[in-house]
Amino acid sequence: MSDAPKPAAPFARLDAEALYLKLVDGVRDLLKRDAVLVGIWSGGAWLVERLQRDLELAGEPGVISSAFHRDDFARRGLAGTDPTRLPFEIEGRHIVLVDDVLFTGRTIRAVVNELYDFGRPSSVSLAVLVERDGRELPIAAAFAATRIELPAAERISLARDEAGRLRFETK
Amino acid sequence: MFGSRNPQLNSNDELIHLLSMEGLPAAVIQHILDTAGTFLSVNDRDVKKVPLLRGKSIFNLFFENSTRTRTTFEIAAKRLSADVINLDIARSSTAKGESLLDTIANLSAMHADMFVVRHSESGAPYLIAKHCAPHVHVVNAGDGRHSHPTQGLLDMYTIRHYKKDFRQLVVAIVGDIVHSRVARSDIHALAILGAPEIRAVGPKTLVPGDLKEMGVRVCHDMAEGVRDADVIIMLRLQNERMSGAMLPSAAEFFKTFGLTAEKLALAKPDAIVMHPGPINRGVEIESAVADGRQSVILPQVTFGIAVRMAVMSIIAGNAA
Repeated sequence: MSDAPKPAAPFARLDAEALYLKLVDGVRDLLKRDAVLVGIWSGGAWLVERLQRDLELAGEPGVISSAFHRDDFARRGLAGTDPTRLPFEIEGRHIVLVDDVLFTGRTIRAVVNELYDFGRPSSVSLAVLVERDGRELPIAAAFAATRIELPAAERISLARDEAGRLRFETK
Repeated sequence: MFGSRNPQLNSNDELIHLLSMEGLPAAVIQHILDTAGTFLSVNDRDVKKVPLLRGKSIFNLFFENSTRTRTTFEIAAKRLSADVINLDIARSSTAKGESLLDTIANLSAMHADMFVVRHSESGAPYLIAKHCAPHVHVVNAGDGRHSHPTQGLLDMYTIRHYKKDFRQLVVAIVGDIVHSRVARSDIHALAILGAPEIRAVGPKTLVPGDLKEMGVRVCHDMAEGVRDADVIIMLRLQNERMSGAMLPSAAEFFKTFGLTAEKLALAKPDAIVMHPGPINRGVEIESAVADGRQSVILPQVTFGIAVRMAVMSIIAGNAA
């Protein structure tokens, strides 16, 4: 280990709370009449909880899990996860999916399939805090609070402390 | 029944077969129960099916008849999008003299991914698990008097659903315990999950003496057995397994060990009454109790499908 300070990794410059403020504005622009927010478990679920409050939307936001539709089930098995909770009709609704990070796009593919098990939405769009490079499917975010490039092996995800403050973690 | 290591687990302690409750880590059981909770919500969807086992073939091998258990496994497998093949083995190949392992080899050549096995011989599912290809998974759907682990798990799911924490509970298992693989599975599971008092209640002829060594309190008096219990699990009087004079008569049994409203009043006021089904009204349980407010017999059936979905999806996702 050298004593010299290491250069900050791109993720270290990610201020989750500052990005969240941008996300609030981005999601406000995406919300059409009758649109509902659905957060992708787990990071996205924290985000919609706050967005619902800060955008003064009525009712509860939805939470969706990719577990039942993942394409790596045979390799990874069934990971522990909260079940999908959609406290409103999906049929004919405009859905705004919210997640912390858009990376390969595979999670989004899985949750769109999951969404369709509950009905046929009018439209589905996606808002994220961070859009990174490395897409493996033709999926794009309608809004991203920031866009960064990271080494393919680097994993980042949102964490939440006891006071509810958000930050990014890396593995 | 185990060799040096538990054949149900791979080297990472992940479940690859479900053969018995014995030796399962508490974390594995809790993971199954948590996963079952997730699957329960699939019933509320437009599409009551998830694609986790799409393209997988599950063979129901029932060497002993049980339409009900076979049906719950079939529903669970279909909700996971698997292809289900029901083989009435009792009336087919084994009747022609084919050995169990030859039957399994043949079915494996048909690209089976999972066997759900019900057999009158204790240990038959172990034999199959030991000899099948590494990618094939085995679920014990009841073997002899030995084990019925999915019933044990759905009983644990039911208890956890209504009582939350096992570490405070008095659980009374009542009736024909000597013939009951359900009782054996429940006792192992309750011990693993930390239930402090497990009682086995029944006449001397139907409660095996070795239970005391498993830490079970043996009661030959019904009032003593159900007093202050949180959970009462009634077992079916297995007439078809009964040979000789183990019991004077069904009527006599009901008088002494049948669960009536009067006897139930000795348990805690919020005690739940369970039964693996099919129930014999007027033999081990009074109709008023089976249909009463403390009965959770029908929720057990609903939970059973979610628990079997959890077991099949978890073992299918773990490599040997």
